[in-house]
Amino acid sequence: MIRATTFGLLIGLLGLSFTASAVDPSDKLEDPIQNELYLAITKEVRCLVCQNQSIADSTAPLAADLRREIRRMVEEGQDETRIKNFLVERYGDFILYRPRFRSWNIVLWLGPVALMVVGFIALAMNIRRRKSLPIDEDAP
Amino acid sequence: MAGKLKFLIPIAVFAGMVAIFYKGLYSDPTLVSSPFIDKAAPVFNLPTLYDDQKHITEAEFKGRISLFNVWASWCPGCAREHEMLLMIARDTDIPIYGLNWKDERQAAQKWLRERGNPYTVNAVDRDNVTGIDWGVYGAPETFLIDGEGIIRYKHIGPLTPEIWAAEFLPRIETARATLAGADS
Repeated sequence: MIRATTFGLLIGLLGLSFTASAVDPSDKLEDPIQNELYLAITKEVRCLVCQNQSIADSTAPLAADLRREIRRMVEEGQDETRIKNFLVERYGDFILYRPRFRSWNIVLWLGPVALMVVGFIALAMNIRRRKSLPIDEDAP
Repeated sequence: MAGKLKFLIPIAVFAGMVAIFYKGLYSDPTLVSSPFIDKAAPVFNLPTLYDDQKHITEAEFKGRISLFNVWASWCPGCAREHEMLLMIARDTDIPIYGLNWKDERQAAQKWLRERGNPYTVNAVDRDNVTGIDWGVYGAPETFLIDGEGIIRYKHIGPLTPEIWAAEFLPRIETARATLAGADS
């Protein structure tokens, strides 16, 4: 019982934890929908100076400049695709954490699915072959 | 025969993956290739370092092969490559245009006064507007721009004689040939 309570508390604490963010929370965009979009995009854009941080997390000057540009574009009413295109045109696909579907990375996207299909075919063939075997041959 | 060798397939696939990951292990993730290679230099319009009233644009690059060097007085890598820039300015006829990036005008002028000025002219991008348009993410960076205003190469980090010889000179030769062909 106590153990369950402790566990529950720990899980609750986990929910309370939050990641550090370089975005000044008091510096919100007026329109809540635009603010949402701004936060969502900055979380998905890689800070190229500190590559394992998003620009939402990074305090690097370049990240601040990119946040400013994204903010400006969001305020101008541009949509997510246009803003991301703006960044990719300048910094390449690497700036997005979620890679885009491109001809050269098709293996990355379809590879796992293809492997699974191959696996299932092999499994099906194996099962069918075993089914056609005389029963006593499989016996120890 | 084919059936007996089937066990080699997973081994071959595994070996292939090892080769790919091994290569990945030694590639430097900070060297992000520029999407601007073989594309026209992005437009800009910036005041010059010594005259706030004068502006330069990407039209400067037309008609000759040039370098566009991103630098700042706060940047240690820029101090390391400065000798190299001075040498290029002295020994070649390739103009070096500077993008004084996220810097203070006074500090930049002081820097050039103390260390010598290899630049033909400097554009001042204090707020990193042109920098973002050019995909700059740190100083120093050096773009090679051909006679038609097309970016042919981008080097990230300080220029060295080795990089100059290996990456820049061959491309400059190619650009020269194209430029000569266009003139005749």
